[in-house]
Formats: sequence, C-alpha cells, structure tokens
Amino acid sequence: MTLLAGVRRGARGVVWYLKGVLGEDAYEKYVAHHASECETDAEVGGHAEHPLLTEREFWRDQTDRQDKNPQGRCC
Amino acid sequence: MGAASSTSEGTTTQPTALKRIPHDLAVALDPEELAAHDRQWTPLKIAIWSAISLLGGLSWVMLAVVRGETVNAIWFVFAAICTYLIGYRFYSKFIEKHIIRPDDRRATPAEYKADGKDFAATDRRVLFGHHFAAIAGAGPLVGPVLAAQLGYLPGTIWIIVGVVLAGAVQDYLVLHFSMRRGGRSLGQMARDELGVIGGTAALIATLVIMVIIVAILALVVTNALAESPWGVFSVGMTIPIALFMGCYLRFFRPGKITEISIIGFVLLIAAIIGGGMVNGSEWGQTYLLLDKVTIAWGIIIYGFIAAILPVWLLLAPRDYLSTFMKIGTIGMLAVAIVIIRPEISVPAVSEFATSGTGPVVAGTLFPFLFVTIACGALSGFHALIASGTTPKLIQKERQTRFIGYGGMLMESLVAIMALVAALSIDRGIYFAMNSSPALTGGTVQGAVAFVNGLGLTGVNLTPDMLTDMATNVGEETIVSRTGGAPTLAVGLSHIMQQLVGGTSMMSFWYHFAIMFEALFILTAVDAGTRVARFMLQDSLGNFFPKFKNTSWRPGAWAATAVMVAAWGAVLLMGVTDPLGGINTLFPLFGIANQLLAAIALAVCMAIVAKRGLFKYLWIVALPLGFAAVVTISASFLKIFSTTPGIGYFAQNRAFSDALAAGETSFGTAPNVLAMEAVVRNTMVQGVLSIIFVVLSIIVILTAIQATVRAYRQRSNATSEDDAVQSQIYAPAGFIMTPPEKVLQAEWDALPVHKKITIKGH
Repeated sequence: MTLLAGVRRGARGVVWYLKGVLGEDAYEKYVAHHASECETDAEVGGHAEHPLLTEREFWRDQTDRQDKNPQGRCC
Repeated sequence: MGAASSTSEGTTTQPTALKRIPHDLAVALDPEELAAHDRQWTPLKIAIWSAISLLGGLSWVMLAVVRGETVNAIWFVFAAICTYLIGYRFYSKFIEKHIIRPDDRRATPAEYKADGKDFAATDRRVLFGHHFAAIAGAGPLVGPVLAAQLGYLPGTIWIIVGVVLAGAVQDYLVLHFSMRRGGRSLGQMARDELGVIGGTAALIATLVIMVIIVAILALVVTNALAESPWGVFSVGMTIPIALFMGCYLRFFRPGKITEISIIGFVLLIAAIIGGGMVNGSEWGQTYLLLDKVTIAWGIIIYGFIAAILPVWLLLAPRDYLSTFMKIGTIGMLAVAIVIIRPEISVPAVSEFATSGTGPVVAGTLFPFLFVTIACGALSGFHALIASGTTPKLIQKERQTRFIGYGGMLMESLVAIMALVAALSIDRGIYFAMNSSPALTGGTVQGAVAFVNGLGLTGVNLTPDMLTDMATNVGEETIVSRTGGAPTLAVGLSHIMQQLVGGTSMMSFWYHFAIMFEALFILTAVDAGTRVARFMLQDSLGNFFPKFKNTSWRPGAWAATAVMVAAWGAVLLMGVTDPLGGINTLFPLFGIANQLLAAIALAVCMAIVAKRGLFKYLWIVALPLGFAAVVTISASFLKIFSTTPGIGYFAQNRAFSDALAAGETSFGTAPNVLAMEAVVRNTMVQGVLSIIFVVLSIIVILTAIQATVRAYRQRSNATSEDDAVQSQIYAPAGFIMTPPEKVLQAEWDALPVHKKITIKGH
C-alpha cells in the first residue's frame, strides 16, 4: 500500500513538473494572483477594472501578448 | 535610482530597511546561518566531495593521459558531471558571495511587479526546465560534431572548462543583473551602462548576429533535408501537426497543453514511420527528392509565412512539441550512452589541430576550436534569453545560481553527449559525411578516394561502408551531408539501435534525430525572424514613427520581408557556394555567437565595476578577455589571412585573379559562373566579418572606458531598481539544505490565506 502511494506520489510529481515546464499551470497562477489582488483591493475599497478572465480568454490573451512581445529561442 | 539599494551584504542593518522577518515568518535565511552551514564540513560531506573529485580526476586521466587503442564514452560523461558539480558547488558559490551578493529580503520582479502573466513567481525546478528548454537548441548539438575533426580532447576540454569559467558565468551574471533591473533586456542594459555609442553598437551587432545565426541554422536544416524524401516528408508533416495543435488549443480545449503535446508527439512518431513508407514509394521519390536550392527556397517562404502568422497557430504549438522532444530525447540519449558505453577510437588530438587543413572547418585549433564550439561552452545568444523571460519569473534572488549557472551546465552536458555520439561513428564515415561536395564530388567513389587520401591512421574507408550506412539510415546517400545534423543523427541511431531495435530500427532513429533537430531549428528561425523584425521596426520607428506601431500590418510585413530576405540571401549563398557552404559559413556563426558573448560580458563588467567590486573583476574579465582574444583573432584571420582556405579576402583575390587571367575553372569551381559566385560570396562574408568585429570592438572599448571611469570615481553606483521588501519565501537550489527545510516547514504550516501575499503593482 505504501509502495502504491509512493508510486502515485511520484507520478503526480512527474505530471506536475511536465505541466509546469510546458506552462500549463499559467491559468491557475493567474487565478491565484487575481484572487490575492482582489483581497487587497477589497481592503482599500474594491475595484472592478480587472475582471477575472475566463480560461479561454486568458489563453487567447497569452498568445496575443506573445505576438506583441516576441521572445527568441536559442540556437 | 537608489545607490542605497546597491549594498546588499545580507546583514540586517540596511539603509533600505529591508526586513528578514517582515511579518509572521522569515522570508530569507539568516546569512550567518547560511555561511555556517557552508563551512560545516561533516565527514559525510567530505566523503562525498572526495569521491566526486577522485572520480572526476580519474576520468580526466583516462581521457587526457592514458593512451589506449580506444577510450570509453563513459569517461566523458563522468569527467563532465564531476567537473560541473565541483564548479557549481565551489566556483559559482564564490561568484555568488563576491559579485552577485543576492539578498532574499529583496522582492524579485516576479513578486513586486506580479501581474499573474508575464511576471509570475515560478517554482525554481520548473523554471530551471523552462530556462533550459529556452537556451538549448541545435547549437550545442552541431558545433561539437564539427569540432570532432580536431580529435576528442580539445573539444571536450573546451566544453567542460569553458562552461565552468565562461559560459555559465555569463548566463548567471546576465540573469541576475537583468532580474535586479526588473527584467530589462541586454540591449537596454548596454545602453544604461555603456552610453549611446556602446548601446547602439550592441543593438546593431545583436541584429546582424541574429540574422547570421538564423541563416546558418537554416543552412544546417537544408543540408539535412536535401535529397531525403523521408526527412522532407516527416519534417514537413510537423507543419500540419502544429496547425492542428494550435487550433485544438485555441478553439477546442484551451490550456490543455500536456494533453495536446502528447497527441502531437504520437502524430510526430507516426509521421516518422510514414516517412519510411513514403521513401519507398514512387511518388515520394518523384516529388519529395528535392535539391538544396529548392529546400532553401521552401524554408525561406516558410519562414516568412510562419513569422507573420499569429503565434497561437504555429509558433506556440511547435514550441510545446519542441520542448517535449528536447527533454525526452536528451534524457534518452543520456540513458543510452550510460548503458551502451560506446568505445571511441578517434585520436585525442588529430593532425588537423595543428595543420589547420581539416576538411570539415578550416583553421587550426586556436582560435577556430573556440568559435566552432560556441553553444555548449559559451554562447552569447543565452544572454538574450537570460535577459528575457526567465528573470521575470524568478521567485527569490538566491535561485539565480541554480537557474542561470546550473541551466548552462546542463546545456554543456548536452554538448558533451553530442560530441560522444559523433565520435562513436567510424572516422572514415565521419569525414565522408562532413567533407564538402567540392572535395568528395558527392559520389561514393569520390568520397572513398578523398578520405583515404587524407592519410589518417586507422582510417580505411570502403564504398560498402558508405552504401550500407546509407541504406541502414534510409537515405539516398550519406556522402557530403555537411552541417553536423546528419552526423549526429547517424551517431544517435548507431547508439540507440544497440539499445532498441537493432539495425532494422536505425532508419527510424536517424529520422527521429533529424526531426528533433529540425523542430528546434524551425522554431528558432521563426522566433528569430520575429524578434529581428521587432528590432528593425523599433529602429525604423525613430525615422518613420508609423513603424513603431507593431500591429500596423503593412509595416510588420515589410519589416518581416526585409529580415527574411537578409537571412535568406545568406542561406542561398551557403547552399550554392562552390566551396561547400558549411565549411566557409560556420565560422561566421561561431564568431557571431562568441562576439555576442563578449558584448554581454562587457556589459556585465561595466556593471560590476560600477558597483565598485574591483577586487573580483577578474571573474568577468577572464572570460571576456578570452572571448575577445578568440573572436577578434579569428575575425582577423578571416579578414587578413593570406591562406585562401582561411581568409575570405585571400580567397576572393585568388578567384578574381584567376578570372582576370581568363581561366575558366579554378580550384573547386568548375566554371566561370561558379568562380564569380565565389568572388561574390567571399566578399559578403568578409564584409560581414568586418562589421562584426568593428561593432564588438566598439562595445568592448566603451565597456573598458566605463570600467576605468568607475575605478577613478571609486564608484558605488548602480542602475538597479529600488529594493522592495519581499513577502514570500522559497529555497534556493534543487535540493533543500537543512536550514532551508526548517524554514520551509514553518511556511508549509501556515494557513493558506496567509501564504498568498504576492500583490504587485
């Protein structure tokens, strides 16, 4: 049972890492950031100028930003 | 600009009033405790480091001193890894202590500028993978292959020692300095530190260098795909696969990157297998057996279209595929080398190291080894990455050592493995593949006669060896497949088939390797064109304001066309060059890359000097001096040498004189047209060499000037952003040290709502 749990933990680690390196966790990070931002905003009176993007909007916005700000790849 | 913020000794009495414990928990370890931990040499630690040193020393002895018939590949891997570990543990820590002086109480841009998008604190291990994927490309795979003609030892020493003292130092410094400046680019830092003249020269040099690098990478891929229906099919299929992936992510399942990457990977493998069938079919031989010029035009047209299409459609999905393939293939090759442990029968130092008459790349060991192997030992291009995305994602200052220095060590290991793969194939086959068609005539008989005529000891090439290998890897021919990529693919397939599949699988592994390299290169071509286009638009914008608006279509298209035309012209020059192409152009690639490194190091030197750290200036001055001497002397040889094989203008003169004398063939040029092409090409190459070296000398001189000025003024200034109090904590290296573990446990025990404190703006 502990072996199985260990394997499962290892597998979860690999998936977590792969997703991180490929950048799949970008939306989660964005949502977390937005939540903490809203918390502060609520303290100082709240604002609605940065509504939370939906997942689809976020990914569109991400590639559109790459269009405007290209990054080189190495040789 | 806070001169006050520059002092970051890590003690608690600071004018900036940064706190180690701003709220409930510490955001940085006590520097005393850190230092104490480093000084504490337990018996276990001593035993481990003694073992590493002994194994490393033994490996170097096996490589450099013991002269057997053969040397086992495993010693390359051990020598590399042990040296990297020692360099990382001792030299990078020394640099950290005396130059970098990180302060975990300071928030990184990812914290104080956090926007959840471009600036977002990323786990250090994930960011290491990101950064590595961004810096590792075709360069470390190709350069070592070409340098293998000098024997195994010079390349090995330069890759391993060069990375520890130069390459990784550059990456580390640039990453850290850019992070301290909110993620500023190398160009901006050059302007800040070196003034208008140095900054402008650095900017123009970067643009020209980018064009050359893209052109030569494209030349490598052209050479790998010419006369290869299999390669054309499987690499060509990456385009529809990437388009499919892009649409899937855009319209069907946004954000499911891992899922679509796995689907894409399966499709890629299917494309490689399909390529084998196409290769055997009649239509494949009729329509996909293309010559170099056709392939080159294909890449030029592709490059233009790819660079104006939206990122989501082609670039982003191919990037995912490329990352996936990169990590997988490099891991696979490492495992295979350790298990198979191929024997290498190449001499330690070959006769070409001193004679300079090697057919692969002309020139003697000094300086040409150091420009042929650019990436893997010292790569200026990394400075652009280390001052791009990565500094905006770092969680804590102390992590730059692991990501910057450590990431480059990984790339160096890739270069060592590429070298081993190239060395493991028969030496006769190596020279038959890497000598230009001008020398071999492009035929099996010609190649056999040429290679055996080189008079190399232990080399006895037969026609069967070449035709058998060509059949095994599923190619029409392997004669004069210059550029390094096909050689690496043969080496990789030679190693992999011993592990999986045997001879019948060689063709699959060969085309797998070609696909893997082509993916990187096509992504680099596309991304490089985009970056160059933005730089051009930005410069043009100073005269025609309309160009500044990068979403103005006609402007974007015109600027893209100009950049594609620039690298396309060099590419076409390379494929039609009667002298061979790779052997004349590759030095230009290496020189360009190393000059960029010299520029980056010059900027770093100015920064270190301005902070008043003169006692440790040698840490930067040493690699800068070496890179400057190597590249400037290589450039001068290319410009002034009177040997036609080495000097561009000497070659130019030889051919112009022959033309003037009314000769109708000269050297390897069979007719007047080819002779005129040589005259044209050598002039362009010579002029490019002059532009590079002049711009770089300007940058280096302005950096020296800035350094001297700083010394006279006893400067203690900095152009860093003001220090901001950090609110978060994360460990520095891959493995947590005991003091880090204790603090991390305290943070883990915090209730969730207290942990998220990244606010930004």
